[in-house]
Amino acid sequence: MPNAERTVSNSMADSARLRELRWLVEEFHFEYAAVLDRCEIERWPEFFAQDGVYKLVARDNADAGLPLALMSCEGMGMLKDRAYAIAHTEMFAPRYIKHLIGNIRVTECDAYTVTASANYIVLETLIDESTQILQAGTYHDVFALEGEKLLIKERRCIYDTVMVPNCIVFPP
Amino acid sequence: MLSSRRLEEDCHRPVVSVADLRWPDDPAEIPDWVYTDQRIFELEQERIFLGSTWNYVALEAELPRPGDYIRSYIGGIPIIVARDKAGAVHAFENRCAHRGVEFCKTYRGNNDQFVCPYHQWTYDLSGALISVPFRRGVKGKGGMPNDFRLDEHHLRALNVTCRHGVIFASRHEDMEPLESYLGAEILDQFDSIFDGRELKILGVHRNTMPANWKLYQENLKDPYHATLLHTYLTTFGLFVAGNKTAIMTDEKGRHATLCNARPEGRPENDESKSEIRSFHAAMQLADPRVIQLIRENDGPWTSNAITIWPNLILLRQTNILGLRQIVPIDPNNFMLIWTTFGYANDTPEMEQHRLRQNNIFGPGGFLGIDDNEALKFVQDGLRRSVPRHGLAPLGNDDEGPETVITDRAIRSMYRHYREAMGL
Repeated sequence: MPNAERTVSNSMADSARLRELRWLVEEFHFEYAAVLDRCEIERWPEFFAQDGVYKLVARDNADAGLPLALMSCEGMGMLKDRAYAIAHTEMFAPRYIKHLIGNIRVTECDAYTVTASANYIVLETLIDESTQILQAGTYHDVFALEGEKLLIKERRCIYDTVMVPNCIVFPP
Repeated sequence: MLSSRRLEEDCHRPVVSVADLRWPDDPAEIPDWVYTDQRIFELEQERIFLGSTWNYVALEAELPRPGDYIRSYIGGIPIIVARDKAGAVHAFENRCAHRGVEFCKTYRGNNDQFVCPYHQWTYDLSGALISVPFRRGVKGKGGMPNDFRLDEHHLRALNVTCRHGVIFASRHEDMEPLESYLGAEILDQFDSIFDGRELKILGVHRNTMPANWKLYQENLKDPYHATLLHTYLTTFGLFVAGNKTAIMTDEKGRHATLCNARPEGRPENDESKSEIRSFHAAMQLADPRVIQLIRENDGPWTSNAITIWPNLILLRQTNILGLRQIVPIDPNNFMLIWTTFGYANDTPEMEQHRLRQNNIFGPGGFLGIDDNEALKFVQDGLRRSVPRHGLAPLGNDDEGPETVITDRAIRSMYRHYREAMGL
């Protein structure tokens, strides 16, 4: 994974800044999860910069250097089209989804960008069925830092759950 | 004790009786038990997937170099497809001849030989057993019997054929050539995707689906659902009921090709749209690159769903090229492996275009989600309710290929199915 082993330098000022950034990233993940867990899919693009990129990639493709993504959005237009399709054109059973996000690492930062990773689990519950693990994966993120607000420049979700149970409706 | 080298030579599990199951008299009716009965499922493994069929197993582009291999399946049986040092492609069971270990646990790779981790029985790239540890025992004691012969314990191999980079396998050695198995019309459409150009693999999607495997074949032979279930198609003008469309089957009725020519511009004036409740006439994509058609050939069709019996769907939609391999698991579940590709001579822009368009398919695709959910709903209904026959009544069996609000290709598949299954 790119930059995974790099850490912000260790001086006291830097470590305060690192804690601050990790808190910012965590707050971002929690808000992102809350919106998706409420299935407010048409608010999903709000988490991205105008030229934001979103890719959902199976780990075996990522490991083999194969570029195919299960969902792929390049820029606000495609993000909004994906959200519209889910909200208005796709047929699927109602579901509860729950994101759990942890193991947050801020690996790089400057005045304008923050590079970070986090592990995620998405649980899915369908009517009259037991809750199942829909996704287990890692977010590899590059955020734009605007003041103290983060927006996704790039989010690559690499998922271990390569054998998808039926389908994935909402982007992890 | 003699172990055979070819899967064909081995007898199979005793076939249980299905004499209590009676097919309905009305040819438009399909009984629930074809989708839910365990005995039917086992009979299908024997008479269809291990019967006189060519099963898709891999693309040559997945094993370009000597030593390359991938995991695959024939019916529900795990196999390995490998390229040997001389360049020949082999398909054989992923099951050690010794104790039955499914020894290959990686999707793909490259090696000189396959070593079973349990007792290190070692096979070459054709599946031939080449060494066994402690054959003479230790200090003259133990080891293999004196009459043990390596060549009686190879991995059981399958008959393999390739056309334009697509690899098929059969249990039977006396199979008709793939070309006549497909028939002229299906072969023509097959070659419109696989025209001999070198392919480039873009990636693989995998999903399980809680539905019977035949429902997936039926779904791609069913033009009736295309404009009704897939609101994305109609909303953004990829496919409406008034399009120029044709559905053709081979002589035996087992394969089909559902071809469609997309209208120029948007379909606002199509009178058939009033039948479609979900049509959103005002909607435009914010980023229309996802559905933009870059003309690649002179053919009339902009999309083509080709169903090849028993386990392959070939799909060309706009500039997406892909195939879907059906792997039955049990009556109520199958696995779907979606292999997406372009051509080796694509420009980087064309490759990006194909990747972008692939938002439409796969188990997270604009259309893929609809299908996977709908087929789950079908199986939920079939397996939990009091049985009753399903209906495929639309259209006529003697109509022309241009009639598309029809179940003709589903009925023809079941005519062939009954014959192959002896039902």
